[in-house]
Amino acid sequence: MSNIKRAFENGKAFIAFITCGDPDLETTKKAVIEMVANGADLIELGIPFSDPTAEGPVIQGANLRALTGGVTTDKIFDMVRELRKEVTIPMVFMTYANVVYSYDADKFIKTCNEIGIDGLILPDLPFEEKEEFEDICNKYDVDLVSLIAPTSENRIAMIAKEAKGFIYVVSSLGVTGTRKEITTDLDSIVAAIRKSTDIPCAIGFGISIPEQAKKMSDISDGAIVGSAIIKIIEKYGRDCPRYVGEYVRSMKDAMR
Amino acid sequence: MTNKNGRFGVHGGQYIPETLMNAVIELEEAYNHYKDDPEFNKELQTLFNEYAGRPSLLYYAEKMTKDLGGAKIYLKREDLNHTGSHKINNVLGQALLAKKMGKTRLIAETGAGQHGVATATAAALMGMECVVFMGEEDTKRQALNVYRMELLGAKVVPVTTGTATLKDAVSEAMREWTNRISDTHYCLGSVMGPHPFPTIVRDFQSVISKEIKEQILEKEGRLPSVVLACVGGGSNAIGSFYNFIEDKDVRLIGCEAAGRGIDTFETAATINTGRLGIFHGMKSYFCQDKYGQIAPVYSISAGLDYPGIGPEHAHLHDIGRAEYVPVTDDEAVNAFEYLSKTEGIIPAIESAHAVAHAMKIAGKMSKDDIIVITISGRGDKDCAAIARYKGVTYVGEDE
Repeated sequence: MSNIKRAFENGKAFIAFITCGDPDLETTKKAVIEMVANGADLIELGIPFSDPTAEGPVIQGANLRALTGGVTTDKIFDMVRELRKEVTIPMVFMTYANVVYSYDADKFIKTCNEIGIDGLILPDLPFEEKEEFEDICNKYDVDLVSLIAPTSENRIAMIAKEAKGFIYVVSSLGVTGTRKEITTDLDSIVAAIRKSTDIPCAIGFGISIPEQAKKMSDISDGAIVGSAIIKIIEKYGRDCPRYVGEYVRSMKDAMR
Repeated sequence: MTNKNGRFGVHGGQYIPETLMNAVIELEEAYNHYKDDPEFNKELQTLFNEYAGRPSLLYYAEKMTKDLGGAKIYLKREDLNHTGSHKINNVLGQALLAKKMGKTRLIAETGAGQHGVATATAAALMGMECVVFMGEEDTKRQALNVYRMELLGAKVVPVTTGTATLKDAVSEAMREWTNRISDTHYCLGSVMGPHPFPTIVRDFQSVISKEIKEQILEKEGRLPSVVLACVGGGSNAIGSFYNFIEDKDVRLIGCEAAGRGIDTFETAATINTGRLGIFHGMKSYFCQDKYGQIAPVYSISAGLDYPGIGPEHAHLHDIGRAEYVPVTDDEAVNAFEYLSKTEGIIPAIESAHAVAHAMKIAGKMSKDDIIVITISGRGDKDCAAIARYKGVTYVGEDE
């Protein structure tokens, strides 16, 4: 049984995304510790990719800053080893298929297991291609997280039945980024998921303010926030951990 | 129950966000329905013949043949197509398909601008809305094509992310497609991306090799020894190769853009310098670093300036059916000038890469051999950039 389910044992889960190495790995580490201290239930650590096709301008910018700063997969593994001395809540990696594939998938996922990474989110690996990494993930007890989108419709049951860890429900069409309004009929999507699986589902894409976090976690088991956190990091740079912590606190409080 | 379709050996597949999965499935179903539909094929054939100017000529380059002193050289004149390149073949097919699917809007990426111009043209013809994504760097290199697209009624969006070239234009077009799917068809310009694009684009481009075969049999009564084409994503090359794949005596050679050389970082020669990876919806060969970060590739040619190659080419390379050779900027520019002066044909700088390789091998071949070079596009668009490369200034360039 996966460690990820622990993230959903403390009421509705607040899932926080951060791009590793933006602006540097020391800041990432401090920000994660602040997020955990302020109520984050699960941390999504983004490994930057040169061409992040599922990201909007905010996270694209974070990827670019991190890579320009010289971050690599190996350096991120080292940071996670350090982080695991202090952080016990579940953590997953969010990156692109090529980052895993070109590292040697077996070596990458084995390392995830060794350093305490509980899952893997790959936005460019749909159901049809998950066998690329699925067996390796099962071998090393790392959950390959499935995504369900507003366009999934007839695919929801198929995806949900085989989902592991938690289901990442994409709130809107398009790429990551904050949105004023989320208009998708998420109630029906979550209801369709519930028919096929008991594993938790959390909603992401476009969530930035406490009211949205509350609304999304009322519909599902949690809210995932990325771009809004990255904006704070972009604004405060190395001084960001305190502000990121305050923000996470305000979001988690709204969901209680 | 993984979908095994869309694989060429280990290459290909559908590595795309879940948001797009139903869109590519819908596209595949529509294509499978229409590809054998007599009415659809009749309409497409009429567009090819009456609008695009097909069949394109297979021209015997007599002066070039004599000058190089070896194999007999024929040029497949895709540069004579309406809009000036092979891109129109694919675009007319996809636009017609999109229209049958009820789509009213086409989006496209473009490098040199040829695919963007072709898409804008088809959209104008069929009364569809059109948005073209083009790397900002390329909008400068190919400013005239930006104006052509706008003249045709398309909106051109300059892409400033990454290296601001073709790969970034593809990424941005993919992002736009995830944002607006219901009325929009992504008219992908090469034999790349997720299944079914590599298959659809290849089928529409295979008219090139179908015609070459008929024309060379009529003129020479035998098949060519070599078919040469330039390769970025690889659509004119796969179109030129496809109907010869089973003819094992015909050598198929793709010419990659080596930029400043395959021993430098300023290259776009994917087969020669890349390795297996997953990007832009497909598994194939990509120029990348040891951590899988896609390399910022370089070529003088905006149309070949791409870090990947279509999955079917990757497979033809794996099984040894086609060869992929690097051609540098200098060699391509030299060939650009050579063909202009020798035959009075100004080739696109992309196509000049294929001409350059012919110049290397023709003289060593027998007079009984035949080389067919696909001239994928015309070179008017490149004149300003080549003049700059050569350090030539001409009236009207500098303000």
